[in-house]
Amino acid sequence: MIDFISADQATLDGLTRKDTRSGFGQGLLEVGQKQDNVVALCADLTGSLKMNAFQDAFPERFKQAGIAEANMIGVAAGLTIGGLIPFTGTFANFSTGRVYDQIRQSVAYSGKNVKICASHCGLTLGEDGATHQILEDVGMMKMLPHMTVIHTCDYEQTRNATHAIAAHEGPVYFRFGRPKVPVITDADTPFVIGKARRVMTGSDVTIVTNGHIVWNSILAARILAAEGVSVDLIDMHTIKPLDEAALVESVSRTGCVVSAEEHQRNGGLGESVAACLSRHMPTPQRYVAVEDQFGESGTPAQLLEKYGLGPEAIATACREVMAVKQGLPA
Amino acid sequence: MVHGASSGHPGGSLGCTDFLVKLYFEEMSIEPDRWNMDGKGEDLFFLSNGHISPVWYSVLSRRGYFDVSELATFRKLNSRLQGHPATEEGLPGIRVASGSLGQGLSVACGAAQAKKLNGENERWVYTLHGDGELQEGQIWEAALYAAHHRIDNLISFVDYNGQQIDGAVEDVMSLGNLGAKWAAFGWIVLECNGHDMSDLDRTFKEARAAGGQGKPVVVLMRTDMGRGVDFMEGTHKWHGVAPNDDQLAEALDQLTSSLSDY
Repeated sequence: MIDFISADQATLDGLTRKDTRSGFGQGLLEVGQKQDNVVALCADLTGSLKMNAFQDAFPERFKQAGIAEANMIGVAAGLTIGGLIPFTGTFANFSTGRVYDQIRQSVAYSGKNVKICASHCGLTLGEDGATHQILEDVGMMKMLPHMTVIHTCDYEQTRNATHAIAAHEGPVYFRFGRPKVPVITDADTPFVIGKARRVMTGSDVTIVTNGHIVWNSILAARILAAEGVSVDLIDMHTIKPLDEAALVESVSRTGCVVSAEEHQRNGGLGESVAACLSRHMPTPQRYVAVEDQFGESGTPAQLLEKYGLGPEAIATACREVMAVKQGLPA
Repeated sequence: MVHGASSGHPGGSLGCTDFLVKLYFEEMSIEPDRWNMDGKGEDLFFLSNGHISPVWYSVLSRRGYFDVSELATFRKLNSRLQGHPATEEGLPGIRVASGSLGQGLSVACGAAQAKKLNGENERWVYTLHGDGELQEGQIWEAALYAAHHRIDNLISFVDYNGQQIDGAVEDVMSLGNLGAKWAAFGWIVLECNGHDMSDLDRTFKEARAAGGQGKPVVVLMRTDMGRGVDFMEGTHKWHGVAPNDDQLAEALDQLTSSLSDY
């Protein structure tokens, strides 16, 4: 991994940009090659989810569900009976809100080993608008007992996480997205469910983030570095179970934290961070998240900027929370 | 059980007693003493209308999945016999939670496809649904799916008693020509009397003979809600109401042969 603080702009511009959903598609193909008990279902979005390679390689183990997501979740629950490991694929909106009761009863409460794979999460779905831009899915999924919740930041991490969830016994909600974003992890960067990834070590403020906002947080850390502020940056790819030890260790050194996520503040990563720290180490916190609003049409970059998830917004939140730590007016 | 818990669903339970006894004691190839979730090598059954759990638990225990004495814990704290069927407490015989209606057919489709993928082509997957439950849209999603994927090791039964909580199905939300609907969705449709053992016997044989030919099979099974207790029969009023002491005594008086060990 490059040193993101000292790297020049040309190095950042030269990073390969790929979509996380393609990391999922590649990962699914690989786990399919490795394990013949892996099956996949898709609700008429095979191309969008990049599941074509799996479908072509293993036509018998790919089940087209049509535009009928509730049934797809139930079928997946049934496929686990007999030892198969089903991966369902559709947009995050149709993977959660549309099928909450099916996931709750037939998957989570029934303890079924279903992997709910959700692309096009959040604002960065872009031009389709708020009907498709779900920003509440992490909250819904993390509330369900037995459910593991993962949100990945780049192509390689998504590919590696696909292997990890296949090896994990139990239901998983796996959230990733549509736009091409810089690949900042290596193919062999270990992905361990529930173990946060340290992106950079610093001493003045902790940023805990995940998904597409990891990159914006890196850019925020560069802005702050120019001001002499040292950021401890944690990629909390697993929202549940939260890596509480990594979080507490970081804030014990920095004394303040900014959570940054492509999700509503209500129910998101920041809320999990606050719940953890209020119990173990009460810490000043600022939230970078969507503030009780629906999204709208636009390009991913425009939307992240407008809804306050851009690098400047993250840097501003860091300055504010450091002022609180120092007892200054924020 | 329902009286003991002062709550539950006696009407549908009594209406499906004959069917479940026939299914578990004469039709399914199962190994209750070697219970495991995957059920490899066994036939599977999914109760989609989970509220008739009293009769299912009763049949499961008598078939050897757990001790009959455990029935007394139904709906009580720390019991494995939840108000609606669940896997969370590990009760043998149950493979998925049900109660929120309309989900069992989808699960059964997946289980039937798993049987095929695992090479168990000779094994059957059975389901039971309430007729009121067919108002749930997910049922028809699953009906499309089963036909499209040629799931022909699946035999579904509809408890066709014409009653649901708020009244007659015809009045609450008519199902119209139910047989024609299933047929239009690509299913083989059979009909039977759910209280005539010889008719059930014929129907199971016919359903399995119709299976294996690229189409799922549905049986519209005519039943009487509250069957066997005259004051409960044929009315929605006993869908989800427990009998009091006097009503229990009167009901058991009418069912001495089948409930003598209650």
